[in-house]
Amino acid sequence: MSASTSPGAPWIGRPLRRAEDARFLDGSARYVGDLKRPGMLHGVVLRSDHAHARVRSIDARTALALPGVVAVYTFEDIRRLARPIPLRLGPCPGLERFLQLPLAEGKVRYVGEPLAFLVAEGRYVAEDALELVQVEYEALDPVVDVHAARADRSLLHEALGTNVGSHYTVEKGDVSAAFAGADYTRRETFRCHRQTAAPMETRGLLAEFDAAGRRLRLWGATKVPFYNRRWLAGALDLPEAGVELIEVDVGGSFGVRGELYPEDFLVPFAAMRLGRPVKWIEDRREHFVATNHSREIECELEIACTLDGEIIGLRGRLLADMGAYVRTNGGLVPAKAAQFLPGPYRIPNVGCEVFALLTNKTPVGTYRGPGFYESSFFRERLFDLATADLRLDPAEFRRRNLVTAGEMPYGIENLCPFDADAAYDSGDFVLAFERALAEFDYARVKTLNGTLQDGRLQGVGLGCFVESGGAGPAETARLKVAAGGRIELYTGCSTMGQGHETAMAQIGADSLGLPVEAFSVFHGSTTLVEQGYGTYNSRAMAMGGSAVKLAAENLIAQLLAHVARMHEIEPAALEYSRGAIVRREDHRTLATLAGIAAAAQAGDGQARAAIECSGTFNQTRRTYSYGTNIAHVAVDPETARVEVLRFLAVDDVGRAINPLLVHGQMLGAAVQGIGGTFLDELIYDEQGQLLTGSFADYLLPTATEFPNVEVISLEAVPSTLNPLGVRGAGEGGIIATGAALANAVAHALAPLGVKITELPLSPNKLAQKMREARAAAE
Amino acid sequence: MSARHRIVLTVNGQRVERDVEARMTLADFLRESLDLTGTHLGCEHGACGACTVQLDGNSVRSCLIFAVQADGARVTTVEGLAVKGTLSVLQRSFQQHHALQCGFCTPGMLTTAQAMLAENPDPSAEEVRRAISGNLCRCTGYLPVVAAILDAAAQLRSEAA
Ligand code: FES
Ligand code: FES
Repeated sequence: MSASTSPGAPWIGRPLRRAEDARFLDGSARYVGDLKRPGMLHGVVLRSDHAHARVRSIDARTALALPGVVAVYTFEDIRRLARPIPLRLGPCPGLERFLQLPLAEGKVRYVGEPLAFLVAEGRYVAEDALELVQVEYEALDPVVDVHAARADRSLLHEALGTNVGSHYTVEKGDVSAAFAGADYTRRETFRCHRQTAAPMETRGLLAEFDAAGRRLRLWGATKVPFYNRRWLAGALDLPEAGVELIEVDVGGSFGVRGELYPEDFLVPFAAMRLGRPVKWIEDRREHFVATNHSREIECELEIACTLDGEIIGLRGRLLADMGAYVRTNGGLVPAKAAQFLPGPYRIPNVGCEVFALLTNKTPVGTYRGPGFYESSFFRERLFDLATADLRLDPAEFRRRNLVTAGEMPYGIENLCPFDADAAYDSGDFVLAFERALAEFDYARVKTLNGTLQDGRLQGVGLGCFVESGGAGPAETARLKVAAGGRIELYTGCSTMGQGHETAMAQIGADSLGLPVEAFSVFHGSTTLVEQGYGTYNSRAMAMGGSAVKLAAENLIAQLLAHVARMHEIEPAALEYSRGAIVRREDHRTLATLAGIAAAAQAGDGQARAAIECSGTFNQTRRTYSYGTNIAHVAVDPETARVEVLRFLAVDDVGRAINPLLVHGQMLGAAVQGIGGTFLDELIYDEQGQLLTGSFADYLLPTATEFPNVEVISLEAVPSTLNPLGVRGAGEGGIIATGAALANAVAHALAPLGVKITELPLSPNKLAQKMREARAAAE
Repeated sequence: MSARHRIVLTVNGQRVERDVEARMTLADFLRESLDLTGTHLGCEHGACGACTVQLDGNSVRSCLIFAVQADGARVTTVEGLAVKGTLSVLQRSFQQHHALQCGFCTPGMLTTAQAMLAENPDPSAEEVRRAISGNLCRCTGYLPVVAAILDAAAQLRSEAA
């Protein structure tokens, strides 16, 4: 931490360097792949190489004969225990019928589906053995896109008679009337491509079972360890208290890591069966077929507005490609995409029909900004098509329709089957928007739209967004006064690279009037706090951080009561000040944290009870962050290569606990989104084979591509929904990247007659569009 | 299994002598045989840079070469970058610029950058970007990494002056 800080001043809001950095810099950090246990075995997963097939037989005899191979488990071995991986979030009606078992039973439905789990003395042997397992398949017709899925000709789950996982409609206002009476309507079909988060560390687990004590320890957990523990304990027939999920250092998550996957069952199952620790580390090729995909949605969207640009209606039909099974995140992605189609705008009449469809591809889950990235692209692109028709200025059009601060709280009603009526509690969308325009000098830069500068076509695009995050279930923190008055802070929140150790200490420091150096932060085990939930959807600060604040308040009250009892005076006669309990009237110090801790240490039972305390924060209403992205691009009319000349993301985070960390999150998110808009794409062929299964084919941004990215995090309007005022900062930078860039590229290419309705904006796709437009013009 | 070979090499200044399987990669040798787990594996086919170490001063991807190929060589891993137990100028600069979040790419970034700075003590931003263009990072967006390396270069030059 930086040395220049003075102990008394508030710690919240300071750009402190991270305390946890040292171990990542000297190589002493410990990720799950780094762990070794005595007698440890290595597991590998046998995966289907068919997209859709019946499995006639699995013959592992030759593999088992290989020296060093210990066991091969197929569905028959887990049949007694096997239960489907649960749907934790996003219960759209009907999806619960399509859950996945840890190993395929008789049929495979995507390339990469686990068929068997093989355990051996070492990883090299395990991989050799895997190639010796013979699987006999009977190929079936693969279903590789949403239209084929809807046709229901080939069925993934025959017994259910349909590939339609869920189908529902939501509406607010009177949509048909609004469209019937509108001066102007426009309809378009948009497509967002399949992507995955691709954290640098693949998934991995290490399980160890103590048969005598019936205790299971599982390293490699993260995100929602408490939920996962409960499910695992049930599935493995163990008491919940006998299962410990341990989080070690984690190499990025972005939504995909830490969910229950088949391996979360298989690895501990094998460790229990074999009585030896078992480690499984996903390799990168597996990662591309095994870890959740996301984002693939087609959306037909129609807008109704007045000729001078007042939006009166928006209606859409969403076809979401769910892959072969419904996983833990259920229908969250399509449901959020539908719910937030209106985004930060005042639109009185909104309707959406949603289809969640099963296809022979890897199942989907959440990826940073789930549903929000997609729907922002659909909406904002449609806005610019409409404003071009109506000859309105894109900025003026947005300004006119953004919900204003005066309209807060603004009800967004019930556009989601599993959410109650929702409302934006507070915020100033217009302020963030105007700030972005001013920073970008938008009025001047937009005059370049469609012009050639040094041989390249210029374009400027806008995208506005609102994003929900940071709500219940409850989160707990525990504080304990240790020797010398140091504070031990225990949180149930996971950390996956965000720097929560430092930020939590900052909250604790302000709450107790102590320097951050007085805190040791512990997280990463289900045994540290009695209940917690986890880290996702940018909720760690809003929920976990607020729990720290409440724990500190409880601790102070408890210490005051203790000292009052000792001195036989009223607690109201005392006050807490920076590690000391003082008498109000003369400010005489009656006790210090260090002193009470010493008494506890010496065996004083009352002191021992006083020095430790929990706080639980519960808030079921979501916070919302919001902002505006602007992109300025130059497109080479020959090669279709796009250069991002400048990209700006402005986001209101309500309050930044640590601006350095918030800035880092936003910048990382923005570059991830820009890369995702131009490069990352999971492509399947007609047989359902994944063509982009390595970093050579699935392209991620590198240091050379997007150097001109700026982010501004505002603390304009604190959230009213938690005592810290934070809105969530992990995802805002990514949400409108696709929207702003697509609009920028569209404005650049407008003179060529190119219409942009699909992502990604890869050079191949753009070049093809440009060829088509030229051919049409001739 | 395959025959074992005796190799002798210097890792972070220490002489190391071991028997290894012919097919064992240098990355697995460092991680499994020597417990130097700071060298990370992000892809195991040469595309992410997480496993970068220095081999006789050059940055190489340890997932792409076999341990036997390092016989007789001088290898530096991230564990060998600190100077007498304190973080190097480059490492401190990474912390100062918040050039790491999850830290998984960081060892590869550091070993790559250090090897580059040894060759080119006064790089431009563009040269730094090119030097680390084979090192993927999913967290930072790279800008803080580039800033950290440029700042470290400037500090090292003024120390040398
Ligand atoms: S692990 Fe060696 S380059 Fe990715
Ligand atoms: S810091 Fe996480 S991948 Fe670079």
